[in-house]
Amino acid sequence: MADRTKIPRPRPTPETQHFWDGTREGRLLIQACNDCGHVYFPPRPFCPSCSSRNVDVLEASGDATLYSYVINHRPHPGFDGPYAIAVVTLAEGPRMMTNIVNCDQTPDALQLDMPLKVTFERLTDDITLPYFEPVGDAS
Amino acid sequence: MKPGSIAIVGAAETTELGKIPGMSQTQLHADAALNALDDCGIKMVDVDGIATAGESPINLAHYLGIVPTWVDGTGVGGCSFMLHVRHAAAAIAEGLCSTVLITHGESGRSGVGRGGFGGGSASLAAQFESPYGPMGPPSMFTIPVLRYMKDFGLTVEQLALIAVIQREWAALNPRSSYKEPLTVDDVLNERMIAYPFTKLMCCLVTDGGGALILTSAERAADFPTKPVYLLGTGESVETPMVSQMDDFTSSRAFRVASRKAFAESGVHHSDVDHLMIYDAFAHLPIYGLEDLGFCERGEAGAFIGERHTAIGGKLPVNTNGGGLSYMHSGMYGMYALQESVRQLRGTAAAQIEGAKISVAHGVGGMFAASGTIVMSNEKP
Ligand SMILES: [Zn+2]
Repeated sequence: MADRTKIPRPRPTPETQHFWDGTREGRLLIQACNDCGHVYFPPRPFCPSCSSRNVDVLEASGDATLYSYVINHRPHPGFDGPYAIAVVTLAEGPRMMTNIVNCDQTPDALQLDMPLKVTFERLTDDITLPYFEPVGDAS
Repeated sequence: MKPGSIAIVGAAETTELGKIPGMSQTQLHADAALNALDDCGIKMVDVDGIATAGESPINLAHYLGIVPTWVDGTGVGGCSFMLHVRHAAAAIAEGLCSTVLITHGESGRSGVGRGGFGGGSASLAAQFESPYGPMGPPSMFTIPVLRYMKDFGLTVEQLALIAVIQREWAALNPRSSYKEPLTVDDVLNERMIAYPFTKLMCCLVTDGGGALILTSAERAADFPTKPVYLLGTGESVETPMVSQMDDFTSSRAFRVASRKAFAESGVHHSDVDHLMIYDAFAHLPIYGLEDLGFCERGEAGAFIGERHTAIGGKLPVNTNGGGLSYMHSGMYGMYALQESVRQLRGTAAAQIEGAKISVAHGVGGMFAASGTIVMSNEKP
């Protein structure tokens, strides 16, 4: 049985704190550049595309598609294996690593480009992790 | 470097100094870098070389949005930046890059986002990848391949064949870790490590080492060995987070490094007699063949299937057996170079008759970094 306390805990920095404040409130926050329009993740207080410091935080829709994944078969104390380590593409463009929850961890159930929706799991008082789950009545 | 040929044109410190609890160490690098750009009126996109110490230049290049053709992470303590200036001068003089950014940032007092003891979990990878259970290269380096397979129709059998063909090469090499012949079924029926990769599609874990000695072509004549001349070199980095690669079907670092190396060498792909592509996992030769320009996008699986990279093929690849069958101690790039040197000296176990030009292409991290070396046993 997975021991969720064995999941590595993110330690926020001043540049990423807004992201972790957001997930705690059930919001997925990304950033956008006011000068060139680039939407990006992971967080930083300037635009990685044009170097402008004129950037804003914005709330993502939470809609995403499955970009790629592996199903890890080696035992991890924080997970019931085998489990998929996935990368999803947000509707807004940026990609993020995640796990696909409420879904069988099999190649049949995990089809690339399937639509996904963000969901959150509280890990500690400070850290809530964003995960993604299939949209609709997929397994 | 000719005296007076290289200049410092931008210089700045962080916006604040003293006590800065509101910035992580990485952001201190970035803040100073952005200020230095402002100082001389250029943009990050104009920077094509990066050097730093106390922080991985891979992390920083990705964080800042730089596509470098020259990278220096020399870390020898407080004077690292003097060495960076010297190395940058040589690199610019040599045309490896044109505009170098050298950064320092250290949260020495506040200790915000510092690496080392207790600080690892504040990196972007630790915050945004580690919680999802990746367990090192076998479950991270492998994540892009399903996207490649879907986009280009590569089959798992084609992926397995790469391990089979490298085992054929290894069988000719008495120093290989594994020599017994394999079939595609053998590879697919092995224990699953990270779907779709079975154990035989993952590199070995062994002990070993290697060393190289370089000097000028002029001095090389005084040595008893057959010289291997450098024709072209390239390097780049993309991102320390595999999830943040631009395109899961192609490595930007591979493309940037190899283009630079081929351009400098003046060598055409059809002139290459021998190729080493660091094969930490079975998909690496696919990405390498395409990103280095030996195959069109999506065609490397068929190219390998037609045995062009196998014994007797027109482009022998990983002739020592590679990381999959020869050896892999952790940083295999050294062994790829060693095999290129052996082939060009004519002393390889699986010697390619008349090999004159060899290319050794390496990867660092999980598609994070890349280096390409074009070599010949003939002076151009
Ligand atoms: Zn921008």
